[in-house]
Amino acid sequence: MDSSSHAHPGSELTEMELRVRALETLLVEKGYVDPAALDALVETYEHRVGPRNGARVVARAWADPAFREWLLRDATAAIGADETFGFRGRQGEHLVALENTPCVHNVVVCTLCSCYPWPVLGLPPVWYKSAPYRSRAVIDPRGVLAEFGVTLPADTEIRVWDSTAEIRYMVVPMRPAGTDGWTEERLAALVTRDSMIGTGLARPPAGFEEGGR
Amino acid sequence: MNGAQDLGGMMGFGPIDPEADEPPFHADWERRAFAVTLAMGFTGRWNIDMARQARERLDPARYLSSSYYEIWLEGLVRLMLERGLVTREELAAGRSLAPALEGVAALPAAGVAAALGRGGPTKRAATSPARFAPGDAVRTRVIHPQHHTRLPRYLRGKAGRIVAVHGVHVFPDSSAQGAGESPQWLYCVRFEADELWGPDTTASSICADCWESYLETPGP
Repeated sequence: MDSSSHAHPGSELTEMELRVRALETLLVEKGYVDPAALDALVETYEHRVGPRNGARVVARAWADPAFREWLLRDATAAIGADETFGFRGRQGEHLVALENTPCVHNVVVCTLCSCYPWPVLGLPPVWYKSAPYRSRAVIDPRGVLAEFGVTLPADTEIRVWDSTAEIRYMVVPMRPAGTDGWTEERLAALVTRDSMIGTGLARPPAGFEEGGR
Repeated sequence: MNGAQDLGGMMGFGPIDPEADEPPFHADWERRAFAVTLAMGFTGRWNIDMARQARERLDPARYLSSSYYEIWLEGLVRLMLERGLVTREELAAGRSLAPALEGVAALPAAGVAAALGRGGPTKRAATSPARFAPGDAVRTRVIHPQHHTRLPRYLRGKAGRIVAVHGVHVFPDSSAQGAGESPQWLYCVRFEADELWGPDTTASSICADCWESYLETPGP
């Protein structure tokens, strides 16, 4: 909270801000929540857990055939083990990795709510939780992909995964050509959040370098 | 329940509109709403299935016109009121007007990392053999329960094939009602897209996780 919003409550705060602030005050007074714990929860998902986690997992799968095999066989163990990444826990208790190939393109959605693999991708973007995506991904995934600028060959099988249970899915996108011999760190920079949901592809190296980042 | 949350196959919501470089939160109230919802969940007064059911019980018009964290807040308030943790008067006043419910322990800041790391695994020990195996043909049952279910409408009464067996998991339909975990075998089922949508689809197949009681052996 910045000091200006304390100085002029009501004049600057929206109705939702006032309502949530009142709720938090009440719950702290009751002793049901610890405000420092709330700070820690926000800090975790705003700054520490996000799609860079998943990008590291994908980069290792591209670079290390034994890890790829483990990931596709038991993603929960391969991603969560202390000796690999230790990405585990809430909304990633049971993970499955889906590998894209020239024949099969996987897309993940949760039509019923917003199930998403938090330990590897962080919190879902607004569009993933929204009615347009949740309604259309299962019936018109090619139309959805077109809105993300992705067009796949007509004979590519589009396989949509509706997250109806506590199994959380992440996509392993295809490794871009022209990346032979790259380090995992360099490879990870090509892995976008959307490529791990299935609404995007990994960045090609040339475009990536032209973009300068 | 056949609520507004069950969106698969609906039409008319418009374009998806992804935001470039989207931040995790769009306003400070979203940060606090997210954290308060998680923290109250850690008090153990309800489970994740009850939380989902509370959100789904929102009036459909309200559900579809609310932002995601507004829906979370509505669900949270409903759960707290139902369990006597707070009163409407206290919510309106924004302060405590009565003693707190006894035995409710706040998650301490020092416990956040461990609590998130533990998560809430739903896998349980098997006490009976699985009825189905990969490759088996199945059909989903036609059900329309009044309570929470994880079988979406577009997947009811449809033919599919088992592609994976996930083990035995807590059954949300039971858990959401406070009727116990009643764990069941959970399967990944693949449905051909034309079985679900006829010619009006650009999907090839849909995979969804289905509990054993959602499934039956197809008739001859």
